[in-house]
This record gives sequence, C-alpha cells and structure tokens, in this order.
Amino acid sequence: MPARTSWIPYALIAPSVVFLGALFLVPLVQTIWLSFSAGEGFSLENYQRMAGDLNFALAIKNTFMLTLVVVPLQVVLALGMATMVTKLDKGRDLVLWVLTIPLGISDLAAGLAWLALLQNTGYLNSALYALGLIQGPTGWLSQETPVALFFAIVLAELWRATAIVLVILIAGLQLIPKEFAEAAEIFGAKPWTRFTRITLPLLKPSLQSALILRTVLAFEVFAVVYALGGRNFPVLAGEAYVWQNDNQNYGVAAAYAVLIMAISLAATALYLRVLRTRPEQLP
Amino acid sequence: MADIVIDRVVKEFGSFQALQEVSLTVNDGEFVALLGPSGCGKTTLLRIIAGLETQTSGRVVIGGQDVSDLAPRKRGLAMVFQNYAVFPHMTVFENVAFGLRMQKAPQAEVKRKVERAAALLHIESYLDRYPAKLSGGQRQRVAVARALAVEPAVLLMDEPLSNLDALLRLEMRTELKAVLREAGTTTIYVTHDQTEAMGLADRIAVMYGGKIEQIGAPLEIYATPATRFVGGFIGSPPMNFIKVRCSHGTARIGDAALPCPTAAENLELGLRGEDASLGPSGSGIPFDVRVVEPMGSHLLLTGAIDGQLARIVAPPTAIVNAGERVGLTVDPARVTWIDGTTGRALARA
Repeated sequence: MPARTSWIPYALIAPSVVFLGALFLVPLVQTIWLSFSAGEGFSLENYQRMAGDLNFALAIKNTFMLTLVVVPLQVVLALGMATMVTKLDKGRDLVLWVLTIPLGISDLAAGLAWLALLQNTGYLNSALYALGLIQGPTGWLSQETPVALFFAIVLAELWRATAIVLVILIAGLQLIPKEFAEAAEIFGAKPWTRFTRITLPLLKPSLQSALILRTVLAFEVFAVVYALGGRNFPVLAGEAYVWQNDNQNYGVAAAYAVLIMAISLAATALYLRVLRTRPEQLP
Repeated sequence: MADIVIDRVVKEFGSFQALQEVSLTVNDGEFVALLGPSGCGKTTLLRIIAGLETQTSGRVVIGGQDVSDLAPRKRGLAMVFQNYAVFPHMTVFENVAFGLRMQKAPQAEVKRKVERAAALLHIESYLDRYPAKLSGGQRQRVAVARALAVEPAVLLMDEPLSNLDALLRLEMRTELKAVLREAGTTTIYVTHDQTEAMGLADRIAVMYGGKIEQIGAPLEIYATPATRFVGGFIGSPPMNFIKVRCSHGTARIGDAALPCPTAAENLELGLRGEDASLGPSGSGIPFDVRVVEPMGSHLLLTGAIDGQLARIVAPPTAIVNAGERVGLTVDPARVTWIDGTTGRALARA
C-alpha cells in the first residue's frame, strides 16, 4: 500500500510548485540576472547608477524611517486592539469585522482616500478652516512640509495595514489557554505583569509572523506614498517604479527590486533569530 | 491558615442556575472534597471561591475577611488546575517561584522555598528543565509545588489528578495526602472521582444539580447517605434501592422481616452490596443471582430482589452460580430507608 500511495503527496503539491516556479522563481532569477547585466556579461553598472542617483540615499532613509516608525506603532496598536477585542463578550465579530475593513481596500485606493482628506482643499482643511484654525487652503503634503507629509503617510499606513497584524495577533491570543492567565492572577500577577510575563512570551510565535509579514510589506511601501506625496517622498519601491516606467531603465529598476528583496530577507532572518521560540518552550 | 465560609452563594448563567444558595464552612486546616457528577456546579463553586468567577449573590469569607469583591490575587490562596497550567516558557524553578516572585520575595527566600517545595514533591532534579520535557505526572507535581511554595492559607484544587493514568493517579493520591497533611493547608478539592474524595478528604460535600446534597466525613456519607442520589453516587457497586411495603412497622421481603419507618407512602430499602451476607435459599431475603463476576478481592453478584435489580458483594471464596437463588441476611442497623417520593433518607425505625 505505501508504495502505491507515495506519489500522492507529490501530486498534490505539484500545482503549487509549478505555480511558484513559473510565477515566482523564474521572474526572481530573471530580475537578479537583469540587475547584474548591462551591455554584455556580468556588471555592477546598474548598482553603481542606482547608488549614484540623487534620490537613492533619501529613498533608503525614507523607507527605513517609515518602517521603523510604522511597524512598531502597528504592533503596539494591534496588541491593544486584540486584547480589547478578545475581552468582548458581545459584538466581538462585528467589531473585528469593522476593524478589518481597511484590509479589503487596495493600497492605492487607501492612499487616494487619505489624499481626499489631507490635500489643500481636503476635508481636514475644510474642518480646520471652519474652526478658524487656518486662514485658507494649506498644503500638508508638499516638499515644504516634509514632517507633515511623513506623518500623513504614517497615518495612512497605520489605518490601512494595522488590521493584518491585529488578525494574526487575535488568532495567536486565542491559542493561549485562559488557565495560564488565571493561574498568574491567582499567584498574584497584576494585569500588566500578566501581559508582559505570560501573554507576550506565549504570543511570541504570532508576533514573529506578524512582524515578518508587516516589515517585508513596509519595505515595499509604494502606492500610499505615491498617492500622497508623489516623488516628494522618495521610497525604494517608488524609485524602482520611476526607473522602470519614466526612465525605461529596467536594469536599475531590477537593482532596486533586488535591494528591497535583500533588505526584506535580512529583516526576516533577524526576526527569525531574535524572536525564535525554543522547541522546549512551546506549550 | 484560614477557615472558609461560603454563605448562600448563588450563581446564574443567564436563566440557568448553576448554584442554588450553597452554604459551606471549611475549618482551618481541613481538607474538604467537593464531589459530584459533571455539571453539578462543583467547579463553578471553586472558581467563585478563587475569584475567577463572580457569584450572582452570597458571600465568600476567608479567614474572617469578606473576599466576595476582591481580585483573586488579593485572596491569599493558591490553586492547582485540571490541565496544570504550568507556564511553558519558564523553567520548573521559575514556575514554582512564580508566586514568590510576584510577592517580590528576596532571592535567597525564593531559592529556599522553591527548593523546599521541590523536595516535598520530588522534582528537585528537574528544576532547570522546561515543562514540555516533563511527563504529565511530573507537570502535576510542578503545579502542586508552585501552589505550596507560596505557603497559601487556602489551597484550591480542580480535578488535579483527572488527566493522569490510573496507576499514576493512585500514586499521586497517596503522595498528595501525605504532602498536604504535612503542609496543614486548608484545602478544597474538586473531583468527580469518589475514591479520590473518600481517600483524601476529612469531609466530603456531595453536590448535585447546583446544591450540596450532604456534607460529612467519608464513612458517614458512605454508611448513612442523606439522599438516594448520595447512596447511588458513592460506593462501588452503588447502593441498591428496593421498593418495599411497610405495614405495622415491619417490611417483609420473602421470609425476612425488617423493622421499618412508617412515615413514608413509598418506601425504599437502601442496601449496600457488602452489608448483606449470603445464606442458603429460604433464609432471609431471596436473591436471584443472574451474573457472577469474580473481581479477585470479592465476587460481584448481579441479580434481583423481589424482581428489582440488585448488586451484592460476596467473599471471593463463596460458591455461587448464576441462576441460583440464595438468601441474604441483613443487619437492620446498616440499612438506609428512603422516602421514595422525596428521595430523602428517613430516620431509622
């Protein structure tokens, strides 16, 4: 019997292997190859052009700053929201559903929605004008207001993508048997101590998944930034887009893409190492 | 050390009444078992004492202090959970030390008390291990050590042995009794296993349908059950209940005559299987044997008295065959009379 059924698992995963191979692995190899080729043969020319570009250092700085501000804020917010949602007795599904609505909206649409709120003649300015706080249309998203622009992007990103962290953390919280918190409470742990000494350590595997996912996506941030700031706020993925479409230079665009991938891989490796749960500490 | 007074505690979940005005006093240093089938409210009562559940009405007083509205951590108690709830991300040492750490005890005291609790439960050699590396029985020991390390005034145990296999359960039961006697802690122990309750407790509170049916010492509950439920729930085989007619203070079954109380309309004779001794047919209460099961220490006879199912325990050497009719001699002082209408025991005639 085992001999006859041994091919079945392979047959079952074959479609996904083919799918990944054709649509992920092949383009990946092609992109890497493209980034290292200029004229004829192996060359670092694309990378030299990328690094020499005026916007390159700015794009690196902006992307990292956004990631370093947005991701920790999202984790803290999601932890708070998840804790509250799991404490709800009634209406929990409804609250969770409302909180996750932004996940169903494309990032470009989300960016445009926030543009409608924050642009010169947007809802924010209308409200501020009505309250007498500003004299007329005021720009928040221009090159002259880099701090306001940065916070506008942070705000839009928080609104758009905190829910994915929330969903992962709620699933993780539900996996922790309630007896652990009860035992901690009986033995004298106050709510904050229970959270830091029991809940957080037991939630580590879910936190790791959420952080990897959110950080990788944060390094790829593009549409929201593009909608709100255009090239006033250069980011790595945006530069790749500009080199691909405006400059028609696929080699430099590929170099940017490979750079983003390398940064994402490094971040993932870091999380896997720092937040690993030793097998003997699993429940 | 502290006594526990449970004063008319009621718990409702929506329209379902899980506890109906339960009152119970546990003396300082006493071991009381809450015994009953699943759904009888015993775990709910324990969780209310712990503060993990809030009573709908009534009070819980521990050591003279009304703790009804206090958070669990302010009640001065420790608890052992059914699934142990040993923290997987901490070593055995840190698990046992958890309560002391929360009290901000100095390191030297933590070490001393953890080592003493560990020695009591024989887990000294696993102190640096993580719980995942331990067997169920070892985790159970860690959970008990964690509870004893804080030297609690009150120890609550929720079915602590039910996840262990039968042999380990027997071993842990014996050990728990010795350890807890030494600690002298006031203990409330929830179980559905009558042998655990009988073996461990100073007193047993038998619960059924959200009420305490009877409170008493194990042998008292065994010998003189207050209700038909208690007689049927305690003892293996359970107490037999035979419908009889009582006229002029005497109940006649076959050739046997027993003095009976006349107060009840429907009278039932409650008879423990081992309180009847076997004689030849024609003497005493006629018993038609249908099945004979040799259990090693005794013979278990299943049959009928006056057409009603009964189980009798006979000495292992007795010679009885299925299909035979034998006579049972019963000591009138050892039977229980039950009012068949109310299910309550009647005073002896």
